[in-house]
Amino acid sequence: MAIIIDENTNVLVMGMTGRQGTFHTKQMLDYGTKIVAGTSPGKGGAVVEGIPAYNSVREACANHKIDASVVFVPAAGTKDAALESIEAGVGVVVVVTEGVPVHDEIEMVAYAKRRGAIVLGPNTFGIVSSGKCKMGIPPNKYFVEGPVGVVARSGTLTYEIVGNLTANGLGQTTVVGMGGDRVVGTTFIDVLQMFEKDPLTKAVVLIGEIGGNAEETASEYIKTMSKPVVGYIAGKSAPPGKRMGHAGAIIERGKGTFQGKVEALTAAGAKVATLPFEVPGLIKEMLGM
Amino acid sequence: MFEYMGKELFAKFGLPVPSGRMITNPEEAAAVAAEIGKPVVIKSQVLSGKRGKAGGIKFADTPEQAVAAAKEIFGMIIQGLPVERLLIEEKLKIDKELYMSITVDGAAKMPVLIASAHGGMDIEEVDEEFIIKQHIDPELGMHPFIARDVVRRMGIPLSGPHGKEIVKIIQTLYRIFKQKDAELVEINPLVFSDDKVIAADSKVTIDDDALFRQKDLPYVEERSATEKAAKDLGLSFVDLDGNIAVMANGAGITMGTLDTLQYYGGAAANFLDCGGGTGREATAEALKLLIAKNPKSMIINIFGGITRCDQVALAFKDIKESVGFPCPVVIRLVGTNQDLGREILAEVGVEAFDFMQDAAKKAVELAAQG
Repeated sequence: MAIIIDENTNVLVMGMTGRQGTFHTKQMLDYGTKIVAGTSPGKGGAVVEGIPAYNSVREACANHKIDASVVFVPAAGTKDAALESIEAGVGVVVVVTEGVPVHDEIEMVAYAKRRGAIVLGPNTFGIVSSGKCKMGIPPNKYFVEGPVGVVARSGTLTYEIVGNLTANGLGQTTVVGMGGDRVVGTTFIDVLQMFEKDPLTKAVVLIGEIGGNAEETASEYIKTMSKPVVGYIAGKSAPPGKRMGHAGAIIERGKGTFQGKVEALTAAGAKVATLPFEVPGLIKEMLGM
Repeated sequence: MFEYMGKELFAKFGLPVPSGRMITNPEEAAAVAAEIGKPVVIKSQVLSGKRGKAGGIKFADTPEQAVAAAKEIFGMIIQGLPVERLLIEEKLKIDKELYMSITVDGAAKMPVLIASAHGGMDIEEVDEEFIIKQHIDPELGMHPFIARDVVRRMGIPLSGPHGKEIVKIIQTLYRIFKQKDAELVEINPLVFSDDKVIAADSKVTIDDDALFRQKDLPYVEERSATEKAAKDLGLSFVDLDGNIAVMANGAGITMGTLDTLQYYGGAAANFLDCGGGTGREATAEALKLLIAKNPKSMIINIFGGITRCDQVALAFKDIKESVGFPCPVVIRLVGTNQDLGREILAEVGVEAFDFMQDAAKKAVELAAQG
């Protein structure tokens, strides 16, 4: 098993005919993702890598069973695209786009909540259920099946850590990117709860960063988990008041600090790695391997 | 956005603000003060709180005094920011100071209204028990009943003129917050002046990501020249104090690179995230920004996903063959199109590292030697 998506998930690619959409449609297909359709308003009828494009999500849904959609639409049109998927009844919406206005994010997330849809992102690398299905942009070769669940705010840092896990013989059940923005659809706790219930997940890696209080809130739940958790927090050397790339990665008025997050995680029983490459060792230690 | 810009925005939406005008020359203070015809307050316009404590706010009873005060404040440096503009306003009779703001609560994923009957100071210094927080359901929006409830919780009678006015102000503030894509709209203090309620100060921050649809709003550049140049390339750059220039792809791994350099005893000169599928030209331009930092060494740490290793390698080759690098460069290159990228690097005699920690360690060593 895996969480959120698996080998049976029928995927829709929104913005499939664009540069990123086309490139990553091929990458996702190569990984084994079951892409059944795409959308590109005005370009319905086009075919990308053998996959038909439609003008709208409703039209795609009329012709295919769609379980999840991945959004590669530019920021100005991202809210529209995400709402379109949710409105059509798609249960999982992965929003890769970066630079989406925060007011649009609030609206998308509120509507998803009302409709019971899972939104990952905006500004996420996506999600990979290793060996089964990939939605989003991570490089294919590092994601192999295994016992570790990974949840993160940041993309490349996740590839870094997943690469380290794989190199050390630790594959993954599912790797979930929540997105780097201040308002995103899914929180650490949502994903930790799913990992706690997933029988194949034996341990969880939480990759956080400075800013906000998502790691602190997650720590409250980690206290109650039966599975071991290893954390890594980026931004130890970041000066206060500077936004470190992600809209959410900023220490404001003394809140969201590295120290505060590490203390919260440690107090909850998680082990926190100092550098990314230490994560596999800590997982093995906690699993008694 | 400067205070006077925020107040102009407030006035456009019908929020009560003191009468006044912005000036860029202290001599103009006389005319503005005469026009107001009452005692005035002269306020430095800088993007920093604590202006009062720094001496950046003064009062004057006559136009002559206003000019003298304006001359004193003009050119002051407040928290590193030079005073180049002043706001001259009527001096308000202040009976009571309150606090009011709307911002985004990322954890709750919705806007939050923060209000207090204790205003005028930093809201962080106000006791929790005097702070009212009201989340605003984005699908419901702001309605009079919500505003009335906030006023009630602030302990202000709804029957009086102040209560009724604040109900209106709360609704208007939310309208500004929504329509202008604000991250923060703040009035501190909101003052009672006889029967009136007036926004004596303003702080408005607009979401950078929404500027494409807020083109009519005034924009104040808060970034350094390099940070701005990077932003124009679609990249995210932050100036730091160390001597190792850093380029990585993705905010998280860039922070991780900085942390790893620090772990090995080095210090980064900057944060540069060239992620998000940046192409060859923009990456080359970004490398020039790093060269301009005059670093002792440089580290390029790429774990390609949406970013393709070959594009980064080509950009590196372009710069090496054109302007050249003034310091040693360490490259870690893995991920999408990795083999292609390494072939290109081999053409210019560079071998890439496989692991980030090895590359970081090397960059620190080279910086120490240089």
